Amino acid sequence: MKHTEQSGLLASREQWLQQLHGDYKKTKHRWRNQVIVVRSSLLLLFFVLWEAGARMGWIDELLFSYPTKIFRQIWGDMVSGSLWPHLGMTVGETAVGFVLGTLLGTLLAVIIWWSPFLSAVLDPYMVVFNSMPKVALGPIFIVMFGAGFTAIVVTTLSITVIITTLVVYNSFCSVDPNLVKVVRSFGASRVQVFFKVILPASFPTVVSTLKVNVGMSWVGVIVGEFLVAKSGLGYLIIYGFQVFNFTLVMSSLLIIAAVATAMYQLVVYLEKRLLSRR
Amino acid sequence: MLPVVQLKGVTHAYLGDREASLAVEDLNLNVEQGEFVSLVGPSGCGKTTLLSIIAGLLQPSQGEVFVNGEPIMGPSPEVGYMLQQDYLFPWRSILDNAILGLELTGNLNEESKKRTLELLQEMGLEGKEHALPTQLSGGMRQRVALVRTLATNPGLLLLDEPFSALDYQIKLQLEDLVSETLRSRGTTAILVTHDLSEAIAVSSSVILLQRNPGKIRKVFSVPEQIRSAPPLFARDQPGFSELFHEIWKEMEIAGRES
Repeated sequence: MKHTEQSGLLASREQWLQQLHGDYKKTKHRWRNQVIVVRSSLLLLFFVLWEAGARMGWIDELLFSYPTKIFRQIWGDMVSGSLWPHLGMTVGETAVGFVLGTLLGTLLAVIIWWSPFLSAVLDPYMVVFNSMPKVALGPIFIVMFGAGFTAIVVTTLSITVIITTLVVYNSFCSVDPNLVKVVRSFGASRVQVFFKVILPASFPTVVSTLKVNVGMSWVGVIVGEFLVAKSGLGYLIIYGFQVFNFTLVMSSLLIIAAVATAMYQLVVYLEKRLLSRR
Repeated sequence: MLPVVQLKGVTHAYLGDREASLAVEDLNLNVEQGEFVSLVGPSGCGKTTLLSIIAGLLQPSQGEVFVNGEPIMGPSPEVGYMLQQDYLFPWRSILDNAILGLELTGNLNEESKKRTLELLQEMGLEGKEHALPTQLSGGMRQRVALVRTLATNPGLLLLDEPFSALDYQIKLQLEDLVSETLRSRGTTAILVTHDLSEAIAVSSSVILLQRNPGKIRKVFSVPEQIRSAPPLFARDQPGFSELFHEIWKEMEIAGRES
């Protein structure tokens, strides 16, 4: 008698918990849907207003163009194939600048972590170089490397390397000294301290600087292309501006937004994969 | 027989930009094979400094340190060091944490890995080998840290308040486990603690340090019946509270003098 009573109690409790959980999930689901709906309507509203504004003459069509014209331009460039060399050039420069910038920055951080003396010596130079607007060095890079791919990548590097170094070096220094003490007590060498403690402990920071560097690399590449290029999306913007074709400028901007977002998402995905074990 | 640890006239000063401050001065100490020695004293008496010196993490400004008759030049796998908290590496699994020392000393092989696994089992950590440290409780994590230290088979174990961050009940259990494990292995141990009753319960002698600068004040020998009882029961042995009060009183006097 008592036994059945108890199992009945258990079952009803189970049911109650399940219902509670179901309600919770439903509320959460609804909230998520609302976010998506409002989000997409905002975008739609923006395009509709833009289109209407240009057609009704509220804004100057010559300066701001309008969405259907822009999409037609993009579609036309895609079909005729004239877009791809520009896109490929810019994406290539960004990818190279991004990967090299991250690698060099991390390497530099390792070197100054290794030698506190070097770190002390270089400190003021890093501060000066970090506070300086690096794109101002653009003309010098053009003179040094010629107007082309290399100068643009170097412009990108000048933007990404130092900030990567500073962030990664800081994360090296903020590793719990007691973790270092643990391996030191086993007689670990400095190489072992680095590879067993410092690097894995700062790995999340290194990966998150990747995300910052994606954005930085785009700045470097577009500015570099403004200065020198004969192809690339930055070149298209400048060219469109010079011939007063703002449809071209706007379409380039739209493509940049899309590709930069895709690249950022790729890094976010990579980050998730790399840090999934933690 | 040669003492496991020998300190001869050890003096250490910490050097800073503003001044050099004396942490310990002219310390002489012998610890024999199989002994369990506790260092107690007020904060700032150089307990941890002394431990770091014996571990080879710190070079004394003056004096000599010998472990098994050999002068200490740096950290060695012969000396195990256990810290106040577990400091397990969050990105390594429990087993990978436990074999860290073997990995660093280049002694990792099938056999030593198997021994470490057995050690984990002995400590009641069976089935947790592939868990991550965050999934374990504080007491379990400290037991993993103990396995990590013991895995390299050190002849001398240095314990820097390893129980102080734990709940009282877990702390008592771990004291038992550590003292039982060390006794069965014949490991010599030096424990730094601020808990007087813990010091008396686990060790064969208690060394009271005084501060400004750190010096040995007095050495108390723990009577046989307390020493041989497991720490939890040692607290109930006759003579325990008398010894506690004797050390306590000496600490008070030392505190008033400094």
